[in-house]
Amino acid sequence: MQTVKMVVTGPFSAGKTQFIQSVSEIDVVATERKISSEEERTVKSATTVAMDFGRITVDEDLVLYLFGTPGQKRFDFMWEILSEGMLGFIVMVDSTRPETFREARSILETFRAYAPTPFVVAANKQDMEDAWELEDVRHALRLDAAVKLLPCVATERDSVKTVLLELLYSILKEMDEGR
Amino acid sequence: MGAAFLPPALGLLQCPGYRGHMALRGNLRDFTITQLLNLINLAGKTGTLILDGPSEQAQVAFRSGKLAYARLGKEDGSLASILHKANKINANQYRAIVERAGQMTDKELGLLLINAGYVTQEDILLNLQEYFTGIVRKLFTWVEGVFRFENDMLPPDERISVKLDLENIIIEGSRQLRELEQLQDEIPSLDMALKFTDRPLTNVNLSVEEWKVVKFVDPKNTMRQIASTNKLSELEIRRIVYGLLQAGLVEMVRPAGAAAPPLTKQIPGQDKQEQKTLINKLIGRIRTL
Repeated sequence: MQTVKMVVTGPFSAGKTQFIQSVSEIDVVATERKISSEEERTVKSATTVAMDFGRITVDEDLVLYLFGTPGQKRFDFMWEILSEGMLGFIVMVDSTRPETFREARSILETFRAYAPTPFVVAANKQDMEDAWELEDVRHALRLDAAVKLLPCVATERDSVKTVLLELLYSILKEMDEGR
Repeated sequence: MGAAFLPPALGLLQCPGYRGHMALRGNLRDFTITQLLNLINLAGKTGTLILDGPSEQAQVAFRSGKLAYARLGKEDGSLASILHKANKINANQYRAIVERAGQMTDKELGLLLINAGYVTQEDILLNLQEYFTGIVRKLFTWVEGVFRFENDMLPPDERISVKLDLENIIIEGSRQLRELEQLQDEIPSLDMALKFTDRPLTNVNLSVEEWKVVKFVDPKNTMRQIASTNKLSELEIRRIVYGLLQAGLVEMVRPAGAAAPPLTKQIPGQDKQEQKTLINKLIGRIRTL
């Protein structure tokens, strides 16, 4: 049995758990805890403190695991462990919360430093009225034009599939380019 | 949302053809003025940034990513007042203009003053630029407040607008960022290298320290090496790089020649073809979900 993994990362409340939930064939093994911070509690009531874990079985010989990182910075010691051996990663950002963009940028840079694997950025909650436009998100995150920035609605399976597929296409492309 | 939405005191800016979708908004606590200017600069935006600070409102207009106009609170902001404050016209001349040229637009007044030989066109543009950048400088001190960007909202017709590159203003604003924690968020690892973007490094006013860093910008040099060569502390190198990043002059890259594990090592399989087959199997499976 071969297993491969992808990591879904991003700031607190970006929608990582929901993203994995939308495509995982098992209930996401989430390690959520009630939030102690008053400020964070206004955004959501529970958060991932170790990791989320989803699974997609390809065939009897191949399984893809999706790992969601904890969004809060105080758990960043988990990031390096989770990033080991990943095929690629997805950085999720909540398009309606510009206050998290700085952290998203920081997480992206940190993951790029850990492993030079392909990645895509998913601008979540693009269905919301107050979502920032994709190009504004691109500039705010200082993303190079070559970086794939994809609109995403983590609650919708098709949207999540598109993000995963785009990451896989990037992996194939890098392999073709000889990496 | 049109100009009528604005508070009466500042409802001067016109908003023709507003397209209805407006999402560039947020809080200054989390998204600084420097970052906003960076975004507007890089995206080449046209429109007006409206900032509601602790005690007053500011409006800063841009054309294609360049500063065009600014107004702060209830400040007069008329050409006559700006020239008077800059000692380009004296108190008597100012009073006469206010009394006799009350209905005149700034553009008309400017022409009149140039033709009368009181000021040159360069005087007018330089003083307006100084006044507008002065307002933006004040905004750098705002840490509380909310902002929104109104696409295509232009300065009032009667005012004279300028066309000022934002890079220098951004670098100036970035120099004021002192907090190490925030800088660490922006630049988490000094083991990354820098490379120039395709934006030209002309007409940018850099300090000696900034030039020392720029001199070593090369994908082969990590920021840590640049700091060590220039005897800069971690805080100093981060602050300088932050300014260059914000101004869109450089970007962070993995150092050239750094030992990066090849992607193929992450993927199970004997050879590349087998690994590609595996990725294609994943693609096929996800398509059928």
